Amino acid sequence: MLAWLSRSVLPVATIVAAIIVIWYAAAIPMNSMRTYMMAPDDAEISFSELVSDTWSQKKPQLPLPHQIVREVKKQATFSWIWKEKRRGYKRSLIYHTWVTLSSTLLGFGLGLVLGVSLSLAIVYSRVMDLSVMPWVITSQTIPIIAIAPMIIVIMAPMGLTGLMPKGVISMYLSYFPIVIGMTKGLRSSDPILEDQMKTWSATAFQTFLLLRLPSALPYLFPAMKISLAAALVGAVVAELPSGARAGLGARLLVFSYRSETIPMWANLVSAAILAGLLVVSFGMLERALNRRLGFRTAGEVSS
Amino acid sequence: MSVVTAEGLSLTFPGDVQALKDVNLSVEAGEFVSFIGPSGCGKTTFLRVVADLEKPTGGEVRVTGLSPEEARMQRAYGYVFQQPGLLPWRTVEGNIRLPLALMGQDKHVMAERVASVLKMVELDGFGTKYPWQLSGGMQQRASIARALAFDAELLLMDEPFGALDEIVRDRLNDQLLDLWRTTQKTVLFVTHSIPEAVYLSTKIVVMSPRPGRVAKVINNPLPPDRPLEVRESTEFLAVAAEVRNTLREGMD
Ligand SMILES: Nc1ncnc2c1ncn2[C@@H]1O[C@H](COP(=O)(O)OP(=O)(O)OP(=O)(O)O)[C@@H](O)[C@H]1O
Ligand SMILES: [Mg+2]
Repeated sequence: MLAWLSRSVLPVATIVAAIIVIWYAAAIPMNSMRTYMMAPDDAEISFSELVSDTWSQKKPQLPLPHQIVREVKKQATFSWIWKEKRRGYKRSLIYHTWVTLSSTLLGFGLGLVLGVSLSLAIVYSRVMDLSVMPWVITSQTIPIIAIAPMIIVIMAPMGLTGLMPKGVISMYLSYFPIVIGMTKGLRSSDPILEDQMKTWSATAFQTFLLLRLPSALPYLFPAMKISLAAALVGAVVAELPSGARAGLGARLLVFSYRSETIPMWANLVSAAILAGLLVVSFGMLERALNRRLGFRTAGEVSS
Repeated sequence: MSVVTAEGLSLTFPGDVQALKDVNLSVEAGEFVSFIGPSGCGKTTFLRVVADLEKPTGGEVRVTGLSPEEARMQRAYGYVFQQPGLLPWRTVEGNIRLPLALMGQDKHVMAERVASVLKMVELDGFGTKYPWQLSGGMQQRASIARALAFDAELLLMDEPFGALDEIVRDRLNDQLLDLWRTTQKTVLFVTHSIPEAVYLSTKIVVMSPRPGRVAKVINNPLPPDRPLEVRESTEFLAVAAEVRNTLREGMD
């Protein structure tokens, strides 16, 4: 127990503590501008006054951890769900996180389907291999922020507004790691095993199902983790040009116009927590699946 | 009936590596043929041509009277590779069952066969282990068990016992002889060990390198019933000496 504590908790805790110390220290000079502006010309400001002011402003340059935590606590409310007129939801972080999460998951799902289909085409067709891969790579050199409004404009006349275009924009980022990982994975099967399947005169489909697909999984899972994080970025960016009112990205934009830095940071923190939860829950799924498939997991030794 | 025939067989790999040159050979049904020769003389390549894993660039090969491809499609042979080649995400049993499942075998037959071949290679009790939980030699035995379970008339074995210690090797040699005698299978067997070749085969093909070709085919006069002691007999030693001398000549 003690060993576990010192091995896994201690290093993390040390880093977090260091960051917090630096954060509070940096807030003093960064927020002091406003302190001096607000004070009367001839006022003498002592150091303790300076500290207490810079750590408690309403619109600080750099909000402090305790302010952000207080804001998150205040806004992370479910009460809009059962309030009669549903008025509260506009400020609820839970609501906006949910909106962003839904387009993240849609974008991730679409990206997974598109990515896997493309890599199948690339691996099984020489023509596709030569023609598709360069486009896939080119697609990622165009900034998402330039593509996003075009996707919205193109999809609107088809009656696709709201969730769908946001999902598509998110997919634009999330399919890429999948294509790369899955293509590499499908090509990673052991040549001896390929020969082995051939000697049993297995069909192409049997070889795919029994050999190529399982060989690809160790490449697909990490790709899916990256893709999940990319889908979240895409979902947040998708909310910026769409005129959306809901979602973490939309709220971020609104608060930045009003220079409401504390809610901005609260939104950022929510996005980070969401990303962390997504990746961690996916990691658990991966481990369970690996065990189910009998893949050797790290830490196990042969007996 | 000839199970394997090669006429004027040549194979040149891209990059102008001539792995086989003008190989003529005929293997009759029920024969046990060993291939011996220095590293790189084309033993594996010859087996791969028979198995339709390489295409010859000249000459002709027939397997059970068919082209290698047709023979492969009919699952006419079982192949034990130089490396174990087990699927890492399947247990030993799962690996042995795989080719049987591809053939559409009945579940009960499969279970019986798996149990019997595991016993044969002395791996009973390890059926539910994954390959990475086994030693290299045990993996190789699992791979042999898989080929035996497949139960084709023709068995192609590429140094199957290379990774095993002397004692296990002797036992498996014995069992392979038994199996061959009782089932009348035809076996093409690659080895680096002269005693092993002489002990097992009815015919020994000595190959020489650069380009790979057949230096000599030596018929083995030993009777099919061979206790381990036969290795001390004068006939045995005479055949072994002939193999050794042919190998030495091939090197010059
Ligand atoms: N795929 C390939 N491409 C090019 N050259 C190859 C290929 N496979 C084998 N060779 C060459 O063909 C020759 C014969 O190789 P082969 O594997 O048949 O030898 P071997 O007799 O089985 O040797 P060993 O006893 O070491 O297993 C070697 O010179 C090797 O370099
Ligand atoms: Mg070889």
